[in-house]
Amino acid sequence: MRVLVVAEHNDGAINPSTSKTLSCVAELTSLGSDLLVMGNNSALAEQAARFQNVDSVLYMGNEIFEHQIAAVMSPVIAKIAQDYDCVLCPSTTFGRDLMPRIAAALNVGQITDIMNVVAPRIFKRPIYAGNAIQTIEIQDNVKIAATVRLASYKEVETNNQATIKNVELPEIELPSHTRFLRIESEATERPDLQVASVVVSGGRAFGSSENFELLYSLADKLGAAVGASRAAVDAGYVPNDMQVGQTGKIISPDLYIAFGISGAIQHLAGIKDAGTIVAVNKDADAPIFEIADFGIVADLFEFIPEFLAKLG
Amino acid sequence: MEKILVCLKRVVDYNVKIRIKPDETDVVTEGVKMSINPFDEIALEEALRIKESGQANEVIIVSVGPEDCQQQLRTGLAMGADRAILVEHSENTEPLTVAKLLHQIVQQEQPELILLGKQAIDDDCNQTGQMLAELCSYSQATYASKLSVGSNSLEVTREVDQGLETLEIDLPAIVTVDLRLNDPRYVKLPDIMKAKKKSLDVINPNDLKISMDPFFKVISVTAPPPRESGIKLSDAGELFDALKAKGLVD
Repeated sequence: MRVLVVAEHNDGAINPSTSKTLSCVAELTSLGSDLLVMGNNSALAEQAARFQNVDSVLYMGNEIFEHQIAAVMSPVIAKIAQDYDCVLCPSTTFGRDLMPRIAAALNVGQITDIMNVVAPRIFKRPIYAGNAIQTIEIQDNVKIAATVRLASYKEVETNNQATIKNVELPEIELPSHTRFLRIESEATERPDLQVASVVVSGGRAFGSSENFELLYSLADKLGAAVGASRAAVDAGYVPNDMQVGQTGKIISPDLYIAFGISGAIQHLAGIKDAGTIVAVNKDADAPIFEIADFGIVADLFEFIPEFLAKLG
Repeated sequence: MEKILVCLKRVVDYNVKIRIKPDETDVVTEGVKMSINPFDEIALEEALRIKESGQANEVIIVSVGPEDCQQQLRTGLAMGADRAILVEHSENTEPLTVAKLLHQIVQQEQPELILLGKQAIDDDCNQTGQMLAELCSYSQATYASKLSVGSNSLEVTREVDQGLETLEIDLPAIVTVDLRLNDPRYVKLPDIMKAKKKSLDVINPNDLKISMDPFFKVISVTAPPPRESGIKLSDAGELFDALKAKGLVD
């Protein structure tokens, strides 16, 4: 099976989501994959060549790909994909925006959120916010177009030296109907939520954005990423990109500590794959205690300073 | 603009705790409360607000599914949509097939703007809007949390993993909406009565000449493995010791 993976990149670096997607390749084939990098920075190709499970990096350097506009990328990818049996993207907002356009251009159905490859044409994927698992089979001789669920895969090693091939932009008409205006994101030195091994998360119980500082100091102590519940985002305490849950980010850290989060179903859907879940909540009946490995009924404003003191 | 088309999917209500059928072929939907997919409801609310602000003349709603979808379309009409179309099909329909059917409706109706939810809360596929955009060769903006209508374009703010991205897209366009775009209105009784008189066309998919054959076969639908129940600890010291024992802190 010939597999093409489409790389995601941000701020001049390959996103770790790409690395996790390459991990899924090993379940499909032992032959590796070609990694397509569409961007405007050849350093991306060099970084991409170090990932395991990559045979060749296909680098298509062009400024039109700088902001990774799905409608501009999809016709090009669909053309390149003619030579492959399978096209994969990470199931991030990038991949989910893009892959359905590729699938439609190829006239094939798409598999969203591969969590396990049972056999090369049989896949498991979550439905109903992870409350059920669907096992589906795609017909023979149909190209596979799929996104890979990050919480189900680890990053690959980066000790490879894949060949870099510069690929010309095919001669097809590309749309000009979409213009990137801006992106607003919080600059942070902390690890990326979707790949961090430790995540600490806060809910509405924090009461204000100032009070989240307490959580940030704990995160810095633990080298953790910081997440939040939908309620905390909706209350304006933290930006949307920190939201953990079905409608935010689905994560799988080794350790997840939730403070003042009651545990709405949609939040739990985002953390079910965490290794160890800790919940600290004043309400002893909070649903999050039902899935927590360690639960502590306590006021987070008293608990966090005590825990920080223990960490030394 | 003249027309906005909003696509609605009938799904198990978001408050229902789903149950898996004993034969593991699907989840139980018989006798279960069904509703408009919540993200699609937000899409309809946005269309109605655009119309009410004088920037559009007509809001058309469309669904693909069994006869019972008429209930959800009537709800959409009661919310304020002008007319409805049901492409009636009793089997589950895959997103690409739905997109192809919708593509036919788009060609017939020629809407300038098409709004859908970012995903359906049943199959969580997150595909239909983007597939439709590709089939129509239209611009798209997914995960919209803010939308402003210009004369020939839209400015759309999208909730992406890195933060908030703003795109300018030319009409005709397809926008899929996220949770924070708006809070949908409640339907009032007089509106339900009025909705009964609005037009609801039922179309046979065979008339649209689209193959309904699936790409996928569902082998099983099963419950996820449960997490083992945990233990209660009394304070920060006990947590520190428990995490240290597992090698998670030092």
